[in-house]
Amino acid sequence: MAEQPLLSVENLTVQFRGDAGWVNAVEGVDFAVGAGECLGIVGESGSGKSVSALSILKLHSPANTRYASGAIRYGDRDLLTLPQRRLRQVRGGEIAMIFQDPMSSLNPVLTIADQIMEPLRQHQGLSVQAARRKAIELLDMVRISDASRRIDDYPHRLSGGMRQRVMIAIAVACRPRLLIADEPTTALDVTIQSQILELLRELQREIGMSVILITHDLGVVAEFAQRVVVMYAGRVVETASVPALFERPMHPYTEGLIRAVPNLDEDVHRLTTIPGSIPDPSMSITGCRFSPRCREAVQSCLEKPPSLVDAGAGHLARCPPRIAAGGIS
Amino acid sequence: MTEVVLAAAPTQMLAERRRFRVLRKLAAHRSFKIGLVLVAILVLCAIIGPMLTGIDPTAMSIRSRFKPPSARFPFGSDQYGRDILTRVLYGGRLSLSIGLSVALISGVFGAAIGVTAGYFRALDPYVMRLMDALMAFPAILLAIGIGAALGAQASSIVVALSVAYVPRTARIVRASVLVIREMEYLQAARVSGAGDLHIIVKHVLPNCLGPLIVQLTFIFAYAILAEAALSFLGIGPPPPAPSWGNIIAEGRDYSVEAWWVMLFPGLAVSLAALGMNLLGDGLRDVLDPRLKIET
Ligand SMILES: Nc1ncnc2c1ncn2[C@@H]1O[C@H](COP(=O)(O)OP(=O)(O)OP(=O)(O)O)[C@@H](O)[C@H]1O
Ligand code: SF4
Ligand SMILES: [Mg+2]
Repeated sequence: MAEQPLLSVENLTVQFRGDAGWVNAVEGVDFAVGAGECLGIVGESGSGKSVSALSILKLHSPANTRYASGAIRYGDRDLLTLPQRRLRQVRGGEIAMIFQDPMSSLNPVLTIADQIMEPLRQHQGLSVQAARRKAIELLDMVRISDASRRIDDYPHRLSGGMRQRVMIAIAVACRPRLLIADEPTTALDVTIQSQILELLRELQREIGMSVILITHDLGVVAEFAQRVVVMYAGRVVETASVPALFERPMHPYTEGLIRAVPNLDEDVHRLTTIPGSIPDPSMSITGCRFSPRCREAVQSCLEKPPSLVDAGAGHLARCPPRIAAGGIS
Repeated sequence: MTEVVLAAAPTQMLAERRRFRVLRKLAAHRSFKIGLVLVAILVLCAIIGPMLTGIDPTAMSIRSRFKPPSARFPFGSDQYGRDILTRVLYGGRLSLSIGLSVALISGVFGAAIGVTAGYFRALDPYVMRLMDALMAFPAILLAIGIGAALGAQASSIVVALSVAYVPRTARIVRASVLVIREMEYLQAARVSGAGDLHIIVKHVLPNCLGPLIVQLTFIFAYAILAEAALSFLGIGPPPPAPSWGNIIAEGRDYSVEAWWVMLFPGLAVSLAALGMNLLGDGLRDVLDPRLKIET
């Protein structure tokens, strides 16, 4: 990614109002996605993936959220400081997003047609008839059979997989340059999952958009992404190209995640999980936030927060002892 | 054969049939139907009834005071010799309009305030504290105070009851908005660039309409009862123009000798309240199934 990335998140810190003041949900997050690239973001539940992703379009409720530091660079703009009106043009028009729960992503009182036509009319100023024609095309594009009939259905008539297809149709309606998919398949059956991911990949190629794919599943990342960001407890702990990450994970947490992926080549599924759980954002930990669960922790890990260090070739990790040892455990 | 017909049915028609899903469920709901019939009869009577009797509801006749129900006076006559049937029919116009006005005004303001509080969280504590303060007064007491301040007239009853019911309506709307705002379709709308106003009109309001309509049918019923109660306390719509409430109030001194003066308007009030409640129950079952689980 030598040339300028399409979008970069720089030193992002997001705070939520807690009972005892502001709490950092994510802290100093950096990542970038290049044009046409697919960036995976992985991490356990609560690691800050969604908080980071929602910040890109500034979707957190302003009443209890503070963007304490950082910038979201998109072209020559910073989305965090963009005026509301300009931000709304970027949303849906240039950057689109789909969510985890296709059951509640569609408004139950509006037909599919109403909901697909909305961004088309809003961003492209299409007439009702033109928007309707375009909406049917989009449903075809996301492989919903019998689109011209299905379009007048209410969401409750569709299965979860179909709803997620509709959400994707809405998201790509204005041919965005970036699609953020926050665990788009977590709520779906395994067979549907792979169909949806396949669809995303085809659309990405067709439209030439970039994708940020958030998932728990490193297997999905291995298959779809070119680069990957690993998050833990609100921080990026490792970022690398996909082959480099799987070949030589630098962070013990990443290693643990990789080990937790069932290995299909082996007869026996050795499914290891990392013992312990992610610390609550309000918990204060002086040193490395992974240290309570890390088997390799040394004294220096507990003293000061480790920084993200480049181990060469754009492979960064937040584990100084490992990097000093050359990344081998 | 049927398959061919179904396949040939134009998509437009299918879509419309789905749109009538709610109506079909309502049509199958027993208490909704009973309520609807009751209310429809009362409303029809109030609208066309007065035209049919052709009698002036305020026309007095000393000679026909306190006539019990008969062919000439089907509901009897009162202390001024006025025809109770005619007065109940005319009174229905006033009482039902008061009920309707209170329901509409509470609906509009309650929805506006509830959506504001639920959607713009920063305003919520202030708005809802004010609503709580208003709700701390019993509705009837509040209405008595406002009615006394504004004078005894139909419009002050409407204002008084609306002030009493707006906070309750706002609370219900706010509760639905709080649920709706966590739905991903709101986030999805924001993602596609929609502004607050658009989101409120297109996504929030339609989704809290069910509980709102249910609440309003109950308010309609309360308002009719409250109009009678307030008239009884002497702050209802002033005579001689009849309302159900003031016919009952005027008849109370003669309740033993001339029971019919109070009975018929009283029946009308009860039937109207019963009808609206049945209607509301039906709407609640169909539009707002969540409530059914709780109760
Ligand atoms: N609106 C909010 N208010 C307060 N805290 C929040 C809010 N949203 C998220 N958090 C906290 O921020 C942390 C990160 O949450 P986030 O939703 O980003 O996790 P995630 O990585 O997306 O997890 P998952 O895989 O479960 O979706 C969590 O500890 C969560 O409790
Ligand atoms: S910095 Fe120390 S505690 Fe943290 S992951 Fe590395 S070795 Fe473990
Ligand atoms: Mg998440």
